[in-house]
Amino acid sequence: MKALSNIMIKEIKELLTVATIIPVVIMAVLFASLGGMIGGVQDEASQPPRIGLIVQDTDSSWSMLARDTISNHTEIVYSGADIDEGLEAVSSASGTALLVIPEEFGDNISSERPGTIAVYWIMSGAGIMDSISSSVVDAIIVQVNTEISRVMIEEGSSSNASMVLSPTIRSETTFFKEKSIEGVSPSTISSMLSSQSFIVPLVVMLMIMMSGSTVISSMGLEKENKTLETLLTMPVKRSHIVLGKLGGAAAVGLLMALIYMVGMNYYMTGMQGSAVIDVAKYGLVLGTMDYVLVGISLFLSVLSGLALCMLLGAMARDYKSAQSLTLPIMFMAMMPFFVLMMKDFNTLPVFLQALLFAIPFTHPMMAMNNLMFDDYGLVFAGIAYQLLFAAITVAAAVWLFKKDLLITGRKKRAANAAGRRQKK
Amino acid sequence: MIRREESVVAVEVKGLMKSFGDFQAVKDVNFTVEEGEIFGLIGPNGAGKTTTMRMMATLLQISGGSINIFGNDVVNDVDAVRKIISYLPEEAGAYKNLTGRQYLEFIGRFFAEGDDVQRMVDRGIEISNLAERIDDKVDSYSKGMTRRLLVGRALMFKPRLAILDELTSGLDVISAQQIRGMVRKIAREGTTFIVSSHNMLEVELICDRLALINSGKVVEMGAPADLKKKYDAANIEDVFVKVVG
Repeated sequence: MKALSNIMIKEIKELLTVATIIPVVIMAVLFASLGGMIGGVQDEASQPPRIGLIVQDTDSSWSMLARDTISNHTEIVYSGADIDEGLEAVSSASGTALLVIPEEFGDNISSERPGTIAVYWIMSGAGIMDSISSSVVDAIIVQVNTEISRVMIEEGSSSNASMVLSPTIRSETTFFKEKSIEGVSPSTISSMLSSQSFIVPLVVMLMIMMSGSTVISSMGLEKENKTLETLLTMPVKRSHIVLGKLGGAAAVGLLMALIYMVGMNYYMTGMQGSAVIDVAKYGLVLGTMDYVLVGISLFLSVLSGLALCMLLGAMARDYKSAQSLTLPIMFMAMMPFFVLMMKDFNTLPVFLQALLFAIPFTHPMMAMNNLMFDDYGLVFAGIAYQLLFAAITVAAAVWLFKKDLLITGRKKRAANAAGRRQKK
Repeated sequence: MIRREESVVAVEVKGLMKSFGDFQAVKDVNFTVEEGEIFGLIGPNGAGKTTTMRMMATLLQISGGSINIFGNDVVNDVDAVRKIISYLPEEAGAYKNLTGRQYLEFIGRFFAEGDDVQRMVDRGIEISNLAERIDDKVDSYSKGMTRRLLVGRALMFKPRLAILDELTSGLDVISAQQIRGMVRKIAREGTTFIVSSHNMLEVELICDRLALINSGKVVEMGAPADLKKKYDAANIEDVFVKVVG
């Protein structure tokens, strides 16, 4: 038993190092915050949606029925008569939509013509979870239709079967990031943007993970193969060593990401099939300058990510320990991908916005959608931040390459090792 | 050693100090090495030999004192120093995915361009004596073969100063003898050597002068014959024991 415990204690000491604990702690904290966010969305979904309701048809029983059905399931934040005022009120109350029951609503139904409900959607974000509240309102409008059908059947007020089944229709306009798109619901826009919301972040995530892992492993291998000391005595500037390593890793990362993407593209095309909607039809297109901005954001993201990996790689003692150091980078790349898929940046709680903004990989992931809706402020702020982040991390990596730390490891470890050698 | 009418100082180490936190690994080390000389640094484990060599090779920052290599200060003229020195660490390795030839070419491109690289590589192959194995991947090399490749790498570009930590570490007797012969030959051509070794016989065989380092200080210095005479010792090992022990 003594031998067994002896081996176990040795193994634990070897495996339980600061380098292995920190990534796990970071992941636990990030998961906890992610869980908090999802919990918040669930709470939001269980609340009645906030809407504005303008009833222009005050005489007919059909419009009263529609009004009551809507009122019973929603929180009305505006019930005046002005559409612009209503939109303002709903928007400032973080509501989902402004519903307008027009003057001719009841007359049309009585005349066996479908009554139109005008829906002005206030779309807060393009994430999967952002469309939950609009889905609830969507269901309430269907409920209005069902209620009117029920009354029509009970009263026998129409013999037109299609009219009885669908006594209402809707005209939709969606307001999203300063743009108004007619005839389209938020869920349609979400699906329109799905390729941008999914493919681009996926490319970024894969590229960061692939090339980041390459840099960290390269540093680990340099140490394990004892080649770093030789490299550092070559007549070459430290900045060239750093940039050479970053450039090589970026090229490998790009190649790997491209290979993955070819496969993923076939997969996505197969999945979406004919459901793909032409975004250009709704004016949601990117210009040359927009693509340049996305490219800059992507480049800065990769550069700062790789420099960060190099700093982490410098902590590695060998290839094995380098592998565990890739975990925080992988999680930093995965977190914005999953969060932005669920929620739009603008609809996130402030602390998560700050956290995502601080991760340089977030910015190219959301750049395309933001540029599509002319939200240049966030894109430029992201690029400025990435530029600063990349400059600091590259400078830190070059600085590190000039320091003893890279050769000796941590000071305490170096002093202990030197002390032990002298005592022998 | 090249004997000229006026000897040229290749290396001048003055009051050299190195601290790691509170621990002082090198304390006031002083010595000079002339051009073409093979100068040995010997001492027990942890004496400060490797730390001194790493500071000379621009790998570690100096805490105090100075090192001047052929008129270049290792702190202020670091780029110039790196162009004329070659450092072979005790536990060095080569990139395992490259062949021996590719590794020499990789290093050669830091020092030359075009045909000069090829000439440099040919010289490295000759020094390493790896024959046709030079085109095999480093991954397939034995420890001794890797060391020979690294010695070839260190000497192929005719550095003005070669700093070799444990020159024949991991080499068999025959290979070690060949490498020592090669070092002597290259020194005659003008390269200055600073070598460290645990092998006292090796030190006695190749070094023109020695410095014995203990606890971060030079405790004795001189030509092997002079030291043996001074301590009335049969060999350098006895001198070492008498001085350090």
